[in-house]
Amino acid sequence: MPTNAPSAAHALTDVTASDRTLRRFLHGLPGVDAVGLEARAASLGTRSIKTTAKAYAIDLAISMVDLTTLEGADTPGKVRALGAKAVRPDPTDRTAPPTAAVCVYPDMVPVAKEAVAGSTVKVASVATAFPAGRAPLSVKLADVREAVAAGADEIDMVIDRGAFLAGDYSKVYDEITAVKEACGTAARLKVIFETGELSTYDNIRRASWLGMLAGADFIKTSTGKVAVNATPANTLLMLEAVRDFRAQTGVQVGVKPAGGIRTSKDAIKFLVLVNETAGEDWLDNHWFRFGASSLLNDLLMQRQKLATGRYSGPDYVTVD
Amino acid sequence: MASVFEYAPAPESRSIADIAPSYGLFIDGEFTEAADGKVFKTVSPSTEEVLSEIAQAGEADVDRAVKAARRAFEKWSALPGAERAKYLFRIARIIQERSRELAVLETLDNGKPIRETRDADLPLVAAHFFYYAGWADKLDHAGFGADPRPLGVAGQVIPWNFPLLMLAWKIAPALATGNTVVLKPAETTPLSALFFADICRQAGLPKGVVNILPGYGDAGAALVAHPDVNKVAFTGSTAVGKQIARTVAGTRKKLTLELGGKGANIVFDDAPIDQAVEGIVNGIFFNQGQVCCAGSRLLVQESIEDELLDSLKRRLSTLRLGDPMDKNTDIGAINSAEQLSRITALVERGEAEGAERWSPACELPESGYWFAPTLFTNVTQAHTIARDEIFGPVLSVLTFRTPDEAVAKANNTPYGLSAGIWTEKGSRILAVANKLRAGVIWSNTFNKFDPTSPFGGYKESGFGREGGRHGLEAYLAPSSPEGER
Amino acid sequence: MSAVERLSVFKTYKLYVGGKFPRSESGRVYEVTDKKGNWLANVPLSSRKDARDAVVAARKAFGGWSGATAYNRGQVLYRVAEMLEGRKEQFVREVAESEGLSKPKAAAVVDAAIDRWVWYAGWTDKIAQVVGGGNPVAGPFFNLSSPEPTGVVVVLAPQESSFLGLVSVIAPVIATGNTAIVVASERAPLPALSLGEVLATSDLPGGVVNVLSGRTAEIATPLAAHQDVNAIDLAGAGTDDGLAKELEIAAADNLKRVLRPQPVDGADWAATPGTERMTAFLETKTVWHPTGALGASGSSY
Repeated sequence: MPTNAPSAAHALTDVTASDRTLRRFLHGLPGVDAVGLEARAASLGTRSIKTTAKAYAIDLAISMVDLTTLEGADTPGKVRALGAKAVRPDPTDRTAPPTAAVCVYPDMVPVAKEAVAGSTVKVASVATAFPAGRAPLSVKLADVREAVAAGADEIDMVIDRGAFLAGDYSKVYDEITAVKEACGTAARLKVIFETGELSTYDNIRRASWLGMLAGADFIKTSTGKVAVNATPANTLLMLEAVRDFRAQTGVQVGVKPAGGIRTSKDAIKFLVLVNETAGEDWLDNHWFRFGASSLLNDLLMQRQKLATGRYSGPDYVTVD
Repeated sequence: MASVFEYAPAPESRSIADIAPSYGLFIDGEFTEAADGKVFKTVSPSTEEVLSEIAQAGEADVDRAVKAARRAFEKWSALPGAERAKYLFRIARIIQERSRELAVLETLDNGKPIRETRDADLPLVAAHFFYYAGWADKLDHAGFGADPRPLGVAGQVIPWNFPLLMLAWKIAPALATGNTVVLKPAETTPLSALFFADICRQAGLPKGVVNILPGYGDAGAALVAHPDVNKVAFTGSTAVGKQIARTVAGTRKKLTLELGGKGANIVFDDAPIDQAVEGIVNGIFFNQGQVCCAGSRLLVQESIEDELLDSLKRRLSTLRLGDPMDKNTDIGAINSAEQLSRITALVERGEAEGAERWSPACELPESGYWFAPTLFTNVTQAHTIARDEIFGPVLSVLTFRTPDEAVAKANNTPYGLSAGIWTEKGSRILAVANKLRAGVIWSNTFNKFDPTSPFGGYKESGFGREGGRHGLEAYLAPSSPEGER
Repeated sequence: MSAVERLSVFKTYKLYVGGKFPRSESGRVYEVTDKKGNWLANVPLSSRKDARDAVVAARKAFGGWSGATAYNRGQVLYRVAEMLEGRKEQFVREVAESEGLSKPKAAAVVDAAIDRWVWYAGWTDKIAQVVGGGNPVAGPFFNLSSPEPTGVVVVLAPQESSFLGLVSVIAPVIATGNTAIVVASERAPLPALSLGEVLATSDLPGGVVNVLSGRTAEIATPLAAHQDVNAIDLAGAGTDDGLAKELEIAAADNLKRVLRPQPVDGADWAATPGTERMTAFLETKTVWHPTGALGASGSSY
């Protein structure tokens, strides 16, 4: 861990001093070659993770899942079931670790809180007019405060992509810092960029640094609600960002790919990305999460296969 | 790399390649012993285990093979192009079918990681045959005059670094254009060429069209010097290339040479750094750096030297060296004891001349031929390691201040095979690419190959091009008013 | 006043090196005669030092000439034709004397030579399109092959065809941006030395073409071995197989591109050439560029 954090952090404080300095800094970040980035992600995707390594990776992945339900049709019953599943993912096997968190809309936080009470499972709540983020700041902040007051341990906010794409980086920065303040010390803040809407890798790198400068505890790819969600390439890029940010400031930030990761095979590829990019310090659910729902059952089936040597089936894991 | 996430061994199954205890020469469609009965052993460089015993071609065998190729030439060259094409398409398909077997075989015999043979060598081999197959009946449109004629018998000598791929680069265009072939694989990697002989059998290729002569330099020299060879194609060292050029002097033999290199990989301060680091790693550690077009000289702009070196060293620490058959291995074995000692000697020379040596913590297996990924800093153009081709996993880092200086240093070598440019500024890419005296230039990428893309060097890196439409020229006699060349 | 026949002014033939007209560094000359043995002129007997100077001049000129636009090179080559047209008479006389041709035959040869400059002038900005182009690689890359001049090329001019043959070997070399050291026909060097004077007034930068006269074998040997020469055209060694082989062996030291004596070299050079004399002194450079940074975006809600 670098020890020169104070001075580095100070240097980066200057960066956020004005709109101009912020823009200059973000536009001065090294460019990203799309073909090279995707090739590297694909190449890491060819790692062959077998036997003991696979068992380790599957349990690690389960422990990193933010088990998510974010639907208009969510009910207390649905959220309670989700909470139970998060606490004990495999009712037939107590050695299966609990997930990292459940992730719900703000109005479901009290229900979720109750469902996971007494376990290590955290309650994460999306906020700030998720998923579009198109609401006045006052509304967004109220959204956050209510969720925190209801006991949310983590807040997953969306940035104002419109402001970002219009080049109004200060506005995005100010919103994140305001939300961070609203989180206080009670909740960790995950900042969602909606990478699919930012479109380019250069934008994703800039957004990553912007989010980290503004105090994000996690940077998160996407809402799961758009066409392009987490990909190996955009996650690799964000892992490079948190790695470099820690090297410069001493501050470690987590990463959460969300949306589109459905199989154990995919999840393991992401863990390889973490291992070989940010490094083993991030191989912990305090620093890396999967925003997912169906992924968990696949991980559990693979886990059963490893334990028994037989392929499992969907009737042997719970449907929630 | 001791990690909490330790990858368990993931070995590819070696039983997929069924290696016979011995192999003969492949002449006129038959496997045969050498005239003098000589044999040699081929070993697996990662374990030093003997894989097979191979007949060793001598001068008499070369003569036999050239005669067979000459006999086959008349019918083969008279075949309609479309029929020759179908043989090549068959070969391409059989290679695809047998690619897992061939990847395993190549990894065993060469020592390179299965990840590379599986994902790079074999797909490129099949693609190369597929590409040139399509040319066989379209030669009138290739730009070498109407009805261009084949040259006759091609004598081809290939190296050990990409055994099957180099075979493909030689044999595919030769057959497509109607020539017949006598090919000598390198003495340390004869197996994939002998398996290719079996593929020719499966494809029903007429006997004598392809002849494979495993052997040493003397067999190669005899092949090059044989009076009934019309075309010589060689890939290998510049020293041998020069010797071959002298041998064919004063004859009508057409010659193409693909020789050594000392490629400069130029990183400007506005480079996409993370991709540049990958490109540098790929440039010098792909195939353990045993690549003629390797980016063995890193030219980094002084203003980002520290930052880039930190990133590079961190990245090198994640390279996985070891069993080439393990699917997660990045760095395999050096091909031979001889090559290992050459690398070792040059690296020692680098240290003696004052360059600073660095390698990541890295445990080398006990048997086999191994060399840790190495980088040298404080290197100048005057250092031996900045001038001589090392052909190993050794990177020399030099700095520059301006684009002009970068170009001057990059070109300051008798070689001219490859170069890399890393910058986000498009106009700089074009300007620098224009000034570099090298046959293949990768901008914001490195070590990319494709059958449609001509490959070959300037200056002492050789002459002629392999791949693409350009690659046909070496095997054709143009029918223009100026006559044959 | 009785009419006294005017005594003509002889021309001192000099080398053409680096845009200047030096005498040989050796200070020596040799006698050039017509086919019947009548004295025509004394011409410089170039030494290995003259050859060395010519290489220096050619190398110095390479950057500018190879970097000139193809259009510009075409203009210059065409200008050579224009200048020759104006001095046709002189060349007809020199060719007639050197090759023992009748005036009309010599005139036809000179016309053909002028037309050959025009032919190659038109090639300068087309050869790259004919021999280069994009390659459809299987990946997200834009991949382009372009021809580039090899560098400094030694040209042994044909021994018999002292002007049309000469032009036929020089023009293709410089059309594509190479610079040349031309060793004139040993027996008939006058058209070559006069061509130097034309080139000097045709906007051709100094050093792009350098003309040496003397003993072909003597000059060619150090040039074939010279490490800063990139290629050699052996047209003028054609009548001597031993020499051609020796030069090819020497050329291997730095892997010069060698154009061996061609069947056509002994002929009358009248046929329209192919592209081979250009492509023999071209390198193919292939550049890869990644594509695919367009990004993808869109909401579904």
